[in-house]
Amino acid sequence: MSEPETILPLDSWHRARGARMVPFAGYAMPIQYEGIMAEHRWTREAAGLFDVSHMGQLIIAGSGAEAGLETLLPADLSILKEGRLRYSLLLGDNGGIIDDLMVTRRGDHFYTVVNGATKDGDIEYLRSKLPASVVVDHMKEQALLALQGPKAVQALQRLVPGVEELGFMTGAAFQLGGVTAWISRSGYTGEDGFEISVPSARVMEVAEQLAAQPEVRPIGLGARDSLRLEAGLPLYGHDLDTDITPLEADLGFAISKRRRAEGGFAGWYRISRELEEGTIRRRVGLSIEGRQPVREGAMVVDDEGNDVGKVTSGGFSPMLEAPIAMAYVPAAMAEPGTAVSLAQRGKVLQAKVVPMPFLPHRYHRKGAVK
Amino acid sequence: MTLYFTKEHEWIAVEGDTATVGITDFAQSQLGDIVFVEVPAAGATVKKGSEAAVVESVKAASDVYAPVSGEVTEGNQALVDDPALVNSAAESEGWFFKLRLSDTSELEGLMDEAAYKAFADSQ
Repeated sequence: MSEPETILPLDSWHRARGARMVPFAGYAMPIQYEGIMAEHRWTREAAGLFDVSHMGQLIIAGSGAEAGLETLLPADLSILKEGRLRYSLLLGDNGGIIDDLMVTRRGDHFYTVVNGATKDGDIEYLRSKLPASVVVDHMKEQALLALQGPKAVQALQRLVPGVEELGFMTGAAFQLGGVTAWISRSGYTGEDGFEISVPSARVMEVAEQLAAQPEVRPIGLGARDSLRLEAGLPLYGHDLDTDITPLEADLGFAISKRRRAEGGFAGWYRISRELEEGTIRRRVGLSIEGRQPVREGAMVVDDEGNDVGKVTSGGFSPMLEAPIAMAYVPAAMAEPGTAVSLAQRGKVLQAKVVPMPFLPHRYHRKGAVK
Repeated sequence: MTLYFTKEHEWIAVEGDTATVGITDFAQSQLGDIVFVEVPAAGATVKKGSEAAVVESVKAASDVYAPVSGEVTEGNQALVDDPALVNSAAESEGWFFKLRLSDTSELEGLMDEAAYKAFADSQ
């Protein structure tokens, strides 16, 4: 028997908008409203509002927080400025990824957003590994929204004047209709956009105000998944897990320069060797021939039919109108242009390794020509 | 013509010993945006309960089982070319395949429209 799902603060709001609710990460979550394709395209053309309140919002504070976190993350936190955030990885001793996350320096603490399905384990792990002087506080009374898309900025600045000044991967505190909100210019769709942390008790009115903007429609988990797939962004529990290292996952950018030179973080023994010698397998993008989607679990096979890799995410790209996937393949097969065969439900499909993202990112860069 | 429905959310329109098979409007609404359809070729023999076609939405793949046994006389090529036809016209132009029934007694026990509607409403 599975546990009944936990209800998020916007549950009734989603239902009133026609959402189909499904269990996800232990929560009842909206999978779609009008339909995944329409929601996906709307986000790429205008602005989509996502409820991601299931994600874990943590405050990591106390003497030694920075040094302690650097033993578990490969990020250079010493150069992370106030109000800046970066994507990082919580690592295990074997170099495997326990979770992927966003970490922000915010005053005297680090504000961290981790995945919903893994947050309890993350908190336990952090508490067991960080010095006793460091406190890990789970902000259970805080909800999280994401507003993503090329028109997100024009919709949000109407409610929050000045928010347009935020650069990509920076955050600050704002007032949104009388509610204190921590807003960062970040997201997981490949588009410009914002993540908005507000008290759960006020999230309904915030969602209401955002959704009232003509550019904004609520978007479900289904489109969130197809958007991040097109953007080449890995999903924890599918494309990343505790046996996969950052370099295997093609997330080497998350290992900061100083940390590459100095090490000193969990899994360094294995990761340092991989930095020198390369990895045996690597996460790649696949473009699939024909129209049939290849899903998570399909095998990458060699000419003799041996399994040599595995598809970890796959679906139909609404923008490319073609099936795309992410897979782990042997390093020798990881170069773009390599032809690979995929076995799915007794059928062999042909695919080609392609660079990711599948669709160019359109993040907001300060000084960039509009 | 007589219309039958299955618990697997298929419809079967029977005229004499020929049948047209598709998925119901309820089924397409549950599946969401259809992006791929595979239908059996003319001449294929299908057995009641066996996999006869594939329908894939953005989210997931589903098999379409043959609701009755027979020989396929036509697969709907229009559906292969434009899978979204299942969403827009599941119970008309969005049919999957036609077949010649090998055993009309297999139709016994299938639901009529009213019974299916009650069944779908309970899902």
